[in-house]
Amino acid sequence: MTATSGSTAIAHKPALWTRLPIVHQVRQSVGLQRGMLVAGLVITGVFVLSAIFAPLIAPYGYSQLRGDNGPFGAQQPPGADHLLGTTVGGYDVLSRVIWGAQTALFVIVVAVILSIFAGVLLGLVSGYFGGWLDRVLVVVCDAVYAFPSLLLAIVMSIAISGGRSGLLAGVFAAAISITVVFIPQYFRVIRAETVRIKSEAFVESAQVLGASNSRIMFRHVLRNATRTLPLIFTLNSSEAILTLAGLGFLGFGIEPTAASEWGYDLNKSISDVTSGIWWTALFPGLAIVLTVLGITLVGESLNDLADPRLRGRRAVGKSSGTVAETSVVPGGTLDAVPGGIDGLESGHGSADGDLATEPEGRS
Amino acid sequence: MTDVLTIDGLGVSFATDAGAVKAVDGVSLQVAPGEVLAIVGESGSGKTVTAKTILGLLPETATENGAVILRSRDGQSESDIVALTKAELRQVRGRDVSMVFQEPSTALNPVYTVGWQIMEGIRAHGQVGRAEAKAKAIEILGRVGIPDPEVRVDYYPHQFSGGQKQRVVIAMALVLNPGLIVADEPTTALDVTVQAEILDLLRTVRDDFGTAIVLITHNMGVVADLADRVAVMYQGKVVEEADAHTLFTAPTNSYTKSLLAAVPHVGQGIERAAERARARPAGWAEQAPVVQAENLRIQYPGRLGRPGFVAVDDVSFSIRPGEVLGLVGESGSGKTTTGRAIAGLTRVTGGSLRVLGHEMNGFHERAFKKVRSEIGFVFQDPASSFNPLLTIAECVAEPLVVHGRAANPAAARGRVDELLEAVQLPRAYGNRYPHELSGGQRQRASLARALALEPSLLIADEPTSALDVSVQASVLELFAELQREFGFAALFISHDLAVIDILADRIAVLYRGRLVEEGTGAEVLGAPKDPYTQRLLASLPVPDPAEQALRRQELERLRAAG
Repeated sequence: MTATSGSTAIAHKPALWTRLPIVHQVRQSVGLQRGMLVAGLVITGVFVLSAIFAPLIAPYGYSQLRGDNGPFGAQQPPGADHLLGTTVGGYDVLSRVIWGAQTALFVIVVAVILSIFAGVLLGLVSGYFGGWLDRVLVVVCDAVYAFPSLLLAIVMSIAISGGRSGLLAGVFAAAISITVVFIPQYFRVIRAETVRIKSEAFVESAQVLGASNSRIMFRHVLRNATRTLPLIFTLNSSEAILTLAGLGFLGFGIEPTAASEWGYDLNKSISDVTSGIWWTALFPGLAIVLTVLGITLVGESLNDLADPRLRGRRAVGKSSGTVAETSVVPGGTLDAVPGGIDGLESGHGSADGDLATEPEGRS
Repeated sequence: MTDVLTIDGLGVSFATDAGAVKAVDGVSLQVAPGEVLAIVGESGSGKTVTAKTILGLLPETATENGAVILRSRDGQSESDIVALTKAELRQVRGRDVSMVFQEPSTALNPVYTVGWQIMEGIRAHGQVGRAEAKAKAIEILGRVGIPDPEVRVDYYPHQFSGGQKQRVVIAMALVLNPGLIVADEPTTALDVTVQAEILDLLRTVRDDFGTAIVLITHNMGVVADLADRVAVMYQGKVVEEADAHTLFTAPTNSYTKSLLAAVPHVGQGIERAAERARARPAGWAEQAPVVQAENLRIQYPGRLGRPGFVAVDDVSFSIRPGEVLGLVGESGSGKTTTGRAIAGLTRVTGGSLRVLGHEMNGFHERAFKKVRSEIGFVFQDPASSFNPLLTIAECVAEPLVVHGRAANPAAARGRVDELLEAVQLPRAYGNRYPHELSGGQRQRASLARALALEPSLLIADEPTSALDVSVQASVLELFAELQREFGFAALFISHDLAVIDILADRIAVLYRGRLVEEGTGAEVLGAPKDPYTQRLLASLPVPDPAEQALRRQELERLRAAG
């Protein structure tokens, strides 16, 4: 009665590049879901690339007012010298839009780095130990939820630099206010996952062995609790951009001489709209909308693809495919699921994967 | 007479991440009016998919071919389920065919009264007034054996017990008087004594209503109890089809034979236990027990101001070195709580529980940690007992690393390989992730992890209840072999008397937190003294239709007496 069926070779692992996070999802998706994901990835890619290579792409600097032929002139319509025209302050719109991507990316990175570590750690400790600490943290986080993030950001920006600020102060005002609002989100998600995983048998098994709490938390719970983080990360990124733009629009943003910022340009173009000057408002606005849209599309698609019940699949032909082995062989079969290892998402927890790939469920 | 159901060359394929998977492959079956056809098979055999096809309940990822012809009770109309539109399917469901689900607590909507849910079915098929529908609901509830149906028609699902909920689900299936009921594992979620009652009810349904039943189950005892005809499914195909008596007495297919041989019988282990008892050295009984419980009481804390729930009350037992104590009981009897208390996962609130000389009432984790290396634990659910992100070798090495026997999982690999071979898994499996192993293999690996520190006490909490019957047989055999080899004392917890009987030296029966009977297998199973044990034993269906008919009479006698 030995499990000598080991002679069957393990289904070979797919190539490394196909298992990389985003590549894996693109290959996995079909139809509309793939369209959404690819569109989101393209827009986000353009955003990130223009942020990184802004000094190379942008025709002028973000605070440049004069070129070789003298001053740019204010409110110039789009033309050969200025592809998207100039603003009321005499800046080149195209350059401002491209440099603005850099500021936006900076805010996203700072905000997420500040919030993710604190949120994850608090959620883990709170969910794992429970008790009064858990209750206090949950109440505090609920209270923070009730805070309007923009108001908080205004207070922050005044506190940091008296309202008007340079690049760092402006970025940190936006980032810290976002951080305060985001920590509860990471906290909530990680705490919920921790509470769920805490009751799984493998955690109890570690407790029976006498493993220390920190070992259980970091080795067994944390890595299993982080799979929804990419989703919140993308959604929070778009919120970070909106908060920064909101701050700039309300006049609490970054000085045009310190950095380029879409919200500030929008604010300055309000009066232009009524006088028929459309280019100063349209392009920064489009930049905000497209960036948020792209990041949100990626987030939504990743969410759908992570859930086997929402994931679309190609229809199969009548009576196609092979019958999966069942566990009648003493000791069970080699293929846990139809398709063996490839059938499951690598490293994404097997519970949901089983649901998707086992046609019958438990019977 | 024409059949109510004819399945002809049915094939079902699913779209999965790994491409097409065929679940059912060329199945042909017929069901005559008033007949019980049992479809048996292990997980993945395609039996549930076949059943769902009969009601057109397959998910969108499925593609079907072949024909499923369903005839109405009066023989007037017939329809091919595979070809019907959604609207036509809704007409057929409830009127010609209905379904009884596995888990009665999820099949009923908790926010509506059961009467409302029964009436919903009635009013979906034709213009029926409220009062008339309610009268029908009351009548059907009475016929499935719900006492005071006039009152209880307005009850919510949570006000019924599990068995009564299943009766309500059966009433919902019966209310439009369909010619066919599909029952998908109707008793799997129920305790064995309740299971016997539901099987009686299904038998009444067949006899009184003349309804044909397609019974989907993996339990051979249930098949022997209820079925007229049996179809055995394996890997999507019907491998054998015969009437129940022929199948159990003279199975022809080799798979059917191995399936029947793997079903545990009560009485298998008595001789082995007696042999083990004879082999014990003199003075063995005087040794200090590994576990000793005296008036053990475990109470879960209640909500503010309310008393807590007493899970275990006044329980005394002991496990001596090298002895296997089988703890048997139904859900809610406190058997798992007892096992968890011994492992220090649940706090003891009263009495005394000494584990390896360490008092567990008011224990401190720090002082108990040394003792933990002497205790192994095997969990019920093989799917969740391993960290999905660690390889099997890393999981099995965990106890060695935690207790400082190895610096890291890689250093422990030699010992891990030995352990994997001890549980009859190939060494190479150490490099796999848990989801790449089947349930039975994971449970073997779980045993390897529990035995890594060579504990003197092993607690096994329903280690085989999530496994298929043939896998269960091999895991039980392995357990017995390892116990002989390593000589650990064990607490083996199970709801299945037959499983307990195979392994245990002594058997303890728990009922509602109290220990009602304790003794050797021969004492408890041969001549049970407590009325509950008698009922439990008589409720256990055996895989033999003739013997099961006798046992049914015995159970009726006990019920009448008790």
